[in-house]
Amino acid sequence: MRSSAKQSDAAADSEPPSPRKAYQRLLRQRLLLGLAMLAALALLLLIALGSGSYQLGPSAVAAALVAGPSPADQEQRVAAQVIWSLRLPRVTAALLAGASLGLAGAVLQGLLRNPLASPFTLGISQGAALGATCAIVLFDAGALHAVGTEAMTLQAPMSVVGLALTGGLGAAALILLIGTLRGLTPEAVVLAGIALGAFASAATMIVQYFASDTQAAATLFWTFGDLGRAGWSEVAWLAAALVAIGGWPLRAAWRYNALAWGDDLARGLGVSVARQRLLGTAAAAALAAITTAFLGVIGFIGLIAPHLIRLLIGGDQRFLLPFSALAGALVLLAADTLTRLLIAPVMLPVGAVTALLGAPLLLVLLLRQRR
Amino acid sequence: MLEIDRLSFSYARGASSKAGRHGARGPACDRSADSAVGNGRPLLLEELSLSVASAELLAVLGPNGVGKSTLLKLIAGLLPCEQGRICVDATDVSALSRRERARRIAYLPQLTEIAPVTVFEAVLLGRLPHLGLQPSERDLAMVDTMICELGLASLSSRRVNLLSGGELQKVMIARALVQEPRLLLLDEPVNHLDLRNQIAVLRSIQGLTRAHALITLVVLHDLNLALRFADRFLLLGSRAAVTTGRMEALASEAVGAAYGIEVIRGEVGGLPVMVPVISAAREQVAW
Repeated sequence: MRSSAKQSDAAADSEPPSPRKAYQRLLRQRLLLGLAMLAALALLLLIALGSGSYQLGPSAVAAALVAGPSPADQEQRVAAQVIWSLRLPRVTAALLAGASLGLAGAVLQGLLRNPLASPFTLGISQGAALGATCAIVLFDAGALHAVGTEAMTLQAPMSVVGLALTGGLGAAALILLIGTLRGLTPEAVVLAGIALGAFASAATMIVQYFASDTQAAATLFWTFGDLGRAGWSEVAWLAAALVAIGGWPLRAAWRYNALAWGDDLARGLGVSVARQRLLGTAAAAALAAITTAFLGVIGFIGLIAPHLIRLLIGGDQRFLLPFSALAGALVLLAADTLTRLLIAPVMLPVGAVTALLGAPLLLVLLLRQRR
Repeated sequence: MLEIDRLSFSYARGASSKAGRHGARGPACDRSADSAVGNGRPLLLEELSLSVASAELLAVLGPNGVGKSTLLKLIAGLLPCEQGRICVDATDVSALSRRERARRIAYLPQLTEIAPVTVFEAVLLGRLPHLGLQPSERDLAMVDTMICELGLASLSSRRVNLLSGGELQKVMIARALVQEPRLLLLDEPVNHLDLRNQIAVLRSIQGLTRAHALITLVVLHDLNLALRFADRFLLLGSRAAVTTGRMEALASEAVGAAYGIEVIRGEVGGLPVMVPVISAAREQVAW
């Protein structure tokens, strides 16, 4: 014991200076990774704003952004129109939705100690889909507008959004209720979520079965998550939700770190386990439900973003949570840009492309991981 | 000084982490229906009184399911203490806030989960009860010192899930110590460790208990390790048969009664040992 302590001291002299120095170096590396992700996001933003049927170079994009929505210069009018009315709301929605879903997934995976936890496994997305389907079919809320063959837009009046939000939050509330009754064990929460998701999917199918063709098409179209639905008012809602709700889990990151070691150990460190799990799960569920209500089902971001980050930096929630939000924004923005470019002028639904892009990425990282 | 005054409890199931793995982990401390004393369930322990001094290492002994883990959770404040009193340095544990309690009592449960973080991060978590939003220079310095003191310096940037069982247990002890506790509660810290690591970990615990004048309670299954490292023992048999005393006074009759097996206490090479009598055990332990 004594001699092994000496040996490790000697090793510490030759290799890393001290545990503390090594830790501080690690923190700097993580900060750099965060900055790199921000830089990548900025670059991707320029590309996303510039690409589409009306191509703009990075400098033109920058000029249009600087000039504002209604520039004096006549020549910039078209660019301003494209950037400020069409692409900027869409791109901002991608950033906010990606960040919300990435953060929600990271919080759920951490608090439930389950790598499969995500808005999908908890039935939140399915609940929102059921709500939207009910609005479209039972209350005849959404009408589908096909403009040529190119772009279909679902008129999303507030009733569709409202019922989708109710469905998503309702599913989350039910799960939290069940979880509380069962003493909030993580296993029970995940199982309840899977059961509830299956129930909501089945109910959606039954409602769709009795719908007219156009209604059924509209409900199906709704479930393809689509960032094109976002105007500035949707963006404002998403931003407000992320700012109001997202701050809570970020402040609790230390307690989430304790929870990763099991409930008893966390309690021994003074953490109120049931309270943290209830509030954190509720916050994540609300973020996911709001995003889904406005934009439709966008899968996989909530699952993949935290996994990417965990593979890169490990499990410290202080970094895992904000970086998962960043990664979610990156992946969703990249996927959305691809949907517009892949087989232009057809825009694929982004909900499909996220998994198309994300799954191989996750697989590559998993295979490269050294055990 | 840890003083336990006429403590009784009746948690038969659900309170132990082993039962908890299979769904019944309901935090009994959050559910009053579960924790009411005298709700028809037989008392597990009745009127236990005990005091442990600073720099003293107490071995908590007894067969499975007798309430050793529950006792530790009660002292750690994870379960409400409804009959009797538990005081650390004359302060009633139940009167403390969560955070204040965690500053005085470090509790190391049997590990069920391991987070994918580095050794330094794992130890730093022990500063949580003292922490603001960010760790201070002092927090980092303390973690640094403790990692070096336990001989973990070369591992400090390694992920804890890549460590051996003995190394991991030392990391957990380092974390408990940076909590700066008065009271250290360890639930089977040497389970699953090989002979060498059992000795290494217990020697660390013994040395740190004396160096930091801690009050240390360790749940042990190996009587011989208890004889070698502990100052005193608390032997839980059935609720009536609770004995306590200095290790030298641990009698084979009391141990035999508690475990329901005949044991002999003797000496090998001048060291105290306790061995079961196998032939008698075969009759007693009916499968």
